[in-house]
Amino acid sequence: MDSAVLELAGLRKSFGALKATDDVSLTLRPGEIHALIGPNGAGKTTLMAQISGGLRPDAGVIRFRGQDVTGLSVAQRARLGLGRSFQISSLIPEYSARRNVMLALQAREGHPYRFLWPVRRDRGLTEPARAILDRVGLGPRASVPAGELAHGERRLLEIAMALALEPACFLLDEPMAGMGTEGVGRLIAFLRELKAQAPILLVEHDMDAVFALADRVSVLVYGRIIASGTVAEIRANPEVRRAYLGDEETTA
Amino acid sequence: MAEMRREYILNAVIVAALFAVPLWALMAGEPFIITLATRVALLALAAVGLNIALGLGGMVSFGHALYFGIGGYAAGILAHHAFSGTPVAFGIPGTNQMLVIWAVAMGLSGLVALAVGALSLRTSGIFFIMITLAFAQMGFFFTLSWPAYGGEDGLPIFVRNQFPGVNTMLPWELFLLSFAVLLAALGLFAVLRAARFGAALMAIRQNPDRAAAVGISPFGVKLTAFVISGMLTGLAGAMMADLTRFTSPAMMAWTMSGELIVIILLGGVGRLCGPVVGAAILVGFETLFGGWTEHWQLWLGLVLLGAVLFARGGVIGLLAGREGHG
Repeated sequence: MDSAVLELAGLRKSFGALKATDDVSLTLRPGEIHALIGPNGAGKTTLMAQISGGLRPDAGVIRFRGQDVTGLSVAQRARLGLGRSFQISSLIPEYSARRNVMLALQAREGHPYRFLWPVRRDRGLTEPARAILDRVGLGPRASVPAGELAHGERRLLEIAMALALEPACFLLDEPMAGMGTEGVGRLIAFLRELKAQAPILLVEHDMDAVFALADRVSVLVYGRIIASGTVAEIRANPEVRRAYLGDEETTA
Repeated sequence: MAEMRREYILNAVIVAALFAVPLWALMAGEPFIITLATRVALLALAAVGLNIALGLGGMVSFGHALYFGIGGYAAGILAHHAFSGTPVAFGIPGTNQMLVIWAVAMGLSGLVALAVGALSLRTSGIFFIMITLAFAQMGFFFTLSWPAYGGEDGLPIFVRNQFPGVNTMLPWELFLLSFAVLLAALGLFAVLRAARFGAALMAIRQNPDRAAAVGISPFGVKLTAFVISGMLTGLAGAMMADLTRFTSPAMMAWTMSGELIVIILLGGVGRLCGPVVGAAILVGFETLFGGWTEHWQLWLGLVLLGAVLFARGGVIGLLAGREGHG
């Protein structure tokens, strides 16, 4: 329990009167997939932004591998081992898939102030990039600019870039978004394998995927975690059922 | 891949042409053309500097005339004191040695670029453009009201500064020197672009959030590129002052900053030899049309319009296709 990789304690974030994050605490333990679910507008994106460093919480602490990272920038957190994929694919559009992964690899290896040796002849980058692209199944598309990849391929490249960072935890923001059923099936198998490498905090809309994958699920509604537990517990939780099924009644 | 090879060949042709034209002029006894080619080389050098910030880093500096002018005044002021035998300040003597002048020009430009960049790189878009312009205008008005060094009349360099083993008074030798420095700058540009630094810089231009998410802090990378960029443009300014044997506030005017951007847009943003092509077009228009109409810039404007509307990659993009980042 005490060896949580990622720990949020009492996070709060308001935009005016709107409490987007309202006293959120959760942990991510080694070897698990912790899914964060919730209806639209529940504050999942805001929460993810605070974990990755794009947004500063009003109150609360984010601890990563025992270190307080609440005040650190996005880049600093990434260097500590927070590997993130974006909800809407965010890649370097003119770079090939290979060079996108190489960028992540070079960032992991150290500072970017190396002015002489050309990257395309840097085997320390090209070889692992090839291996990672093969692993996610993008090997044959390595030379295609990211901007020209199909939607599903871009989602995979997002994962490949997170992999390249060899992070201590993965922060995956709707990795299945917009993928076909076949793609989702393959990704589920892949993530199940991936969690042995580093735990995954997964934000996902696809409930079948969440229930198939998650070791624990936390349900976020109006910025608050209303329930947290195993898949079976969450499924049986009447409050969760109301939040999801009764959504239309409450907002009317 | 084929497109990349085409760009290699095109670059070789461009560089060879910049060498061949003045060589022909030397044979034909046309020193004026050699001087024009030197002017192309030095404007290209200044634009290679800007191309690092603008082309690779996406930082649209509308104030690079500041560094061009700092270089020009470094050359002018040091030569002025060497000529008159008076110290510049605090007993430091002037010099007529180009190597020393270049070092001073690059050092000062770099320091000013560091300060300007540190203040302006927190902004982006139109704000960045306006802040860089504002700093350059401060430099412009400062030199304008600096009577010790000619004020608005500018400062002549009576005897061209010297470089070991080169007779700088001979147009051909001065061209060779300028050409060599341009080649070195192009080499630097290519090396930086291919290295990890370039990979990070170009990634930041395209998607700063993604760069940060893999752990690359955009600010430091951009600032470093901005300083290198200012230093190269400063070097070009120092050499240009020696070519024209004159330095004046006009070197820092906003039109000069605009010309450098025009050169890059015409040649091809971020392309290795884009600045060379752009500078050749600019000097060509200036010379050909400047002879029979003072409105030559109107025609240049039309060409620029054409480039922006129909050839987004400039001349290089038109001839060599899109840039590849295999």
